[in-house]
Amino acid sequence: MDPVMLARIQFALTTIYHFFFVPLTIGLAFIIALMQTLYVVKKKEIYKKMAKFWGHLFLVNFAVGVVTGIIQEFQFGMNWSDYSRFVGDVFGAPLAIEALLAFFMESTFIGLWIFGWDRLPKKVHLASIWLVSIGTMISGFWILTANAFMQVPVGYEIRNGRAEMVDFLALITNGQLWVEFPHVITGALATGAFFIAGVSAYNLLKKKHIEFYKKSMNIALIIGFIGSLGAAFSGHAQAQYLVKTQPMKMAAAEGIWEDTPDPAPWSAFAWIDTKNQENKFELNIPYALSYLSYSKFEGSLKGMKTLQAEYAKKYDPIVGEGTNYIPPVKTTYWSFRLMIGFGMAMILLSMIGLYLWKKGRIEQSSMFLKILVPAISFPFLANTFGWIMTEVGRQPWTVFGLMTTADAVSPNVSSGTILFSIIMYALIFTILAGVMVYLMVREIKRGPVEHQDANSTVSIDPFNKAGA
Amino acid sequence: MELSELWFVLIAILFIGFFFLEGFDFGVGMSTRFLARDQKERTIMVNTIGPFWDANEVWLITGAGAIFAAFPHWYATMFSGYYLLMLAVLLSLIGRGVAFEYRRKVEDARWTNVWDWVIFFGSLLPPFLLGVLFTSMLKGMPIHEDMNMEASFSDVMNMYSIWGGLTITLLCLLHGLTFLSLKTEGEIRQRSAALAKKLVLTVIGSLIVFVGFSWFMTDIFEVRFIPELIIVALIVLAYGLSYFFISNKREGRAFTMTGLGIGLTVLSIFVGLFPRVMVSSLNKAFNLTVYNASSGAYSLKVMTIVALTILPFVLGYTIYSYYVFRKRVSDKEHLTY
Repeated sequence: MDPVMLARIQFALTTIYHFFFVPLTIGLAFIIALMQTLYVVKKKEIYKKMAKFWGHLFLVNFAVGVVTGIIQEFQFGMNWSDYSRFVGDVFGAPLAIEALLAFFMESTFIGLWIFGWDRLPKKVHLASIWLVSIGTMISGFWILTANAFMQVPVGYEIRNGRAEMVDFLALITNGQLWVEFPHVITGALATGAFFIAGVSAYNLLKKKHIEFYKKSMNIALIIGFIGSLGAAFSGHAQAQYLVKTQPMKMAAAEGIWEDTPDPAPWSAFAWIDTKNQENKFELNIPYALSYLSYSKFEGSLKGMKTLQAEYAKKYDPIVGEGTNYIPPVKTTYWSFRLMIGFGMAMILLSMIGLYLWKKGRIEQSSMFLKILVPAISFPFLANTFGWIMTEVGRQPWTVFGLMTTADAVSPNVSSGTILFSIIMYALIFTILAGVMVYLMVREIKRGPVEHQDANSTVSIDPFNKAGA
Repeated sequence: MELSELWFVLIAILFIGFFFLEGFDFGVGMSTRFLARDQKERTIMVNTIGPFWDANEVWLITGAGAIFAAFPHWYATMFSGYYLLMLAVLLSLIGRGVAFEYRRKVEDARWTNVWDWVIFFGSLLPPFLLGVLFTSMLKGMPIHEDMNMEASFSDVMNMYSIWGGLTITLLCLLHGLTFLSLKTEGEIRQRSAALAKKLVLTVIGSLIVFVGFSWFMTDIFEVRFIPELIIVALIVLAYGLSYFFISNKREGRAFTMTGLGIGLTVLSIFVGLFPRVMVSSLNKAFNLTVYNASSGAYSLKVMTIVALTILPFVLGYTIYSYYVFRKRVSDKEHLTY
């Protein structure tokens, strides 16, 4: 198989897998820090128990997130060496800063937090988890600075045959970054919240530790609502930005082949025929796309055919005659809709949840609780489809308007080598996923109270009476 | 000094820091399999590095990130050229990181035992592989005019590079043992000191062989005769002193000396390379140097400001963390891992 395709498959595999753990880490770290703050302020044991129990689940997830993250940093050089040569001057800096500013902080303070329960003063220990939480978000900021450059390159000049940084401030004030970063963070908060809500729902259904899980549920519903609503608003801002900066991606995400009428309808469903460049069947909501794109009930959007002609004129001199600038339309269209669908479902669920909470009926609403358990998967699916839409929709570009994906790959790495590494990653990822799910389920079944007892007896030496 | 030269120095410091810090936790991970008599002892040993290993590993991540930012060509050539070696490093580090966290999540001796094997190999392979990497880099690799490296198996794995890998592994093991003697009590403390004492002579021996090898296989002694000679003398002195301190039960000083030994060894590699970052075995003109592989002046300036601002904080809380967990680890207390 073509090395470009294999390198792309590997990138998709490793980043999607990594990004199951990242948002959960960001979301849970924040919520746990919140719980521990409540403990320190209100001095109620239940909040400490909460921080500890959810902290255990957090750590099971965190470990996999950290180790799968190392792959990301290595793989630009391993599989995409021509990309690295071309953009390293701009792209390397945020990655190095991420390591310096965020990774050191996260890893040092997570150590202090895990091992410091009995060794650190309460407030210092609380500060540790907050610094972990802040570290995860700083890390997100810098990696998204790098990603935003790939979507909307700014602050560079082409010199010596490569993109060289000329304006660092432009990189961190990139408009793309400031619609992307809030979207990822709010999405991550919702991920952590729905995880806690789902696990709590499961236990409320089993009528175990009702007080504990009700309180956890309450916090989760609030954060879940803020997170999913925030993700919707920031996502909307991002889409409007997309119309301006990457119109082709937007046209593909909306399945628009020809220029739309003015006002433009929004496509709720379309049977897309990529070969003939048309939609066999469409279900449209009038006015909606104009409103979504421009916040008013007028204005049209360019179709992919028009854009193809425009891009050809502009970019063919760089990348060669006859380049197809239309990304995989069906993938972009459907991943966009699936993301929105799961996101909307999350807003709805958190609203119903908060209503039931207010009425004091949450633990009796078994129907609702039963939905919350599988709804743990919703944010993970929304995150994944969102990234698929963003990255696949940018094709054929790696860096929009500057470098195509086909030109980015390592010229000295063979297909066989990449395939071998894909198999190795797939193997180890499968094992890790299995182990992680097994451990999570185990910890959840154990629950908060037993957990603590077990925890304090495990490590005690049976021959050492003094220690017991 | 040009900024690209400064970044070569900073990257050297990051790798010295990495081998000094992660070096001992690799060593501890390796020695769990033969120094510990049972699982309980292994648990104590793993807990000595519990709060530290993750942050220690970040030195490597930061080193790689700094190479990417400051020398994109170095990064691209090295990571694509050493593809399978990098893959092996990654898989080892993945297994190792998870193993620390998971080893006692289930109270079952077999479960823990499996993860402890992962810790063992995850601690043994990375220093060996990185040792192979740096040694073969010193010797030179088939790098073409377009800066791409196309290495065969024997370019990466040969007598010299394998010896280099083994030597680095031994240095880490010794460093881990002096760390254990510093951080444990009773029998483990005595056993690790005794083993460290036995190992010192082997380490010095393998280092001398490595120097001999390097004399014939590389040009570092032609390029930098006096500095390399001084460094080699200092390395031998450090390990000699470590022997003395171990014998006199000055564990802190012994640990400092084995750390100094590793640091100086890594230093000798970077001194030998400079100003080259990747040596081409095909043609001198194809060498990657700090001048032809670096980022532009603006990018380096930004990075310099950022790095010099953040580094003091990083060092500050790193030292704080080591201060908090300064006590010796034993099973009289709650052990987290």
